[in-house]
Amino acid sequence: MIKLIKISKSFNGQKVLNELDLDIDPEEITVIIGQSGGGKSVLLKHIIGLIRPDSGQIIIDGVDIANLNDKKLTETRKKFGMLFQDAALFDSMTVGENVAFPLKEHTQLSGKEINKIVNDKLNLVGLDNITHKMPSELSGGMRKRVGLARAIALDPKIILFDEPTTGLDPIMRDSIDRLIVSIQKRTKATFVVISHDIESTFMIAHKIAMLYQGKIVAVGTPDEIRSSNNSFVRRFIKDLKAGVRDQGSGVSSQESGVRAC
Amino acid sequence: MIRFLEFAGRPLVFFVEECGKILLLLMSTISWMFRPPFRFRVMIKQMEFVGVNSLGVVLITGAFTGMVLALQTYHGFRMFGGESLVGATVALSMTRELGPVFTALMVTGRVGSAMAAELGTMKVTEQIDALNTMSVSPIQFLVLPRIIAAILMLPVLTIISDFVGIVGGYFVGVGLLKINSGIFMAKMIEIVDLEDIFNGLIKAAFFGLILSLTGCYKGMHTIGGAEGVGKATTQAVVLSSILIFISDYFLTAVMF
Repeated sequence: MIKLIKISKSFNGQKVLNELDLDIDPEEITVIIGQSGGGKSVLLKHIIGLIRPDSGQIIIDGVDIANLNDKKLTETRKKFGMLFQDAALFDSMTVGENVAFPLKEHTQLSGKEINKIVNDKLNLVGLDNITHKMPSELSGGMRKRVGLARAIALDPKIILFDEPTTGLDPIMRDSIDRLIVSIQKRTKATFVVISHDIESTFMIAHKIAMLYQGKIVAVGTPDEIRSSNNSFVRRFIKDLKAGVRDQGSGVSSQESGVRAC
Repeated sequence: MIRFLEFAGRPLVFFVEECGKILLLLMSTISWMFRPPFRFRVMIKQMEFVGVNSLGVVLITGAFTGMVLALQTYHGFRMFGGESLVGATVALSMTRELGPVFTALMVTGRVGSAMAAELGTMKVTEQIDALNTMSVSPIQFLVLPRIIAAILMLPVLTIISDFVGIVGGYFVGVGLLKINSGIFMAKMIEIVDLEDIFNGLIKAAFFGLILSLTGCYKGMHTIGGAEGVGKATTQAVVLSSILIFISDYFLTAVMF
């Protein structure tokens, strides 16, 4: 269980998170949606302790990580896996070394055992025979798959996804979405996904939380969100859908001037 | 007047702030030095990068520094019949000053900039965040091996530079300017102490610390994509070079 209580964070006087409250249920996929630059990545980095809040509590399995010292925070992070927006694979390592990295760092497994897990995880994300390749040789979708294989290498209880479908073509986007759903079913881990892709969100989410102006303004199942009468939620979804469509015609939702609330 | 002072003092405040942040990184690095896992393989790789791969540039710089020093001092000393001191002057200058400083500056250009660029790229592509999320300290994994490698390899490179500089000086002095070989060597042995060489190597180790720490600091604090990486690289070289010159003065004042 992840519980965020009155989280506030400012950068250079600009408030990005404003007394934000959110409960994330275990063993579910929770998608946090919001506009680009709205603080979604900042929120995700708070959950894993990469950024500390100015005030508020971040409760992970009953422990407030906002005030933990570095050593304890490092221990807590072992419960997490994270897929970054551009996968954040280590350039200087091969695919196999990337996936093996957390195993080498945190387990006493033999090289043979590590190789087996690496191959298993790569198979799980639909990749075969690429352990020797360098990240620079991979496509965007393949990089994300390798990033996901690395994130699940230690079978973490919580996996965070920073805009997993951004920059992918529609076919690859659907493929990554299906992968997220199937891996969550198999691992029963808690998935927290941030996205501004409304179609992907409705496809994968058990619960959707809407971030706007530093606060969570609506929470519910995809059906509840879809059928919500809340004018803000309706305008927000409409705005995001328009943004997705406009990306094809080269006009962003921000350029169209539509704003929620 | 106050505005002028604010304007003029801003770079100084920035410089002092940067030095303070670099010292904080150093303290953090020292705290990680004694905690396992000890990453010998990464350190050996960095030693190869800092030391072996810098050999060519250090050989050329050292040799030509010694040669030009012999040439210049010969013309000066000849005015009062002191040609016999050319060898001693070259050796003393190389071991005390030019060997450590020029080696450090060349390695700063080659290695300090590369450290800033590599770590900067890792920062902007979230690879450093990825290390953190995997409960691996970027300071222990990235910074510490680079700093230890530079501290160990700079004295080795410096002693090579000293040697080729003196050989270059000998070649010009004895081979081209026809100074007596025996006098050249005798004066050099008479005037240069082991302490001169040793203190020069201590300086080199200190410069290794400065250039690696500054390169890593600038890399770890890079913001803003490719442009940010470019800026970090340039700033790492400039700041390291300035710190090397400043610290050289104080080290010389203390040691000699």
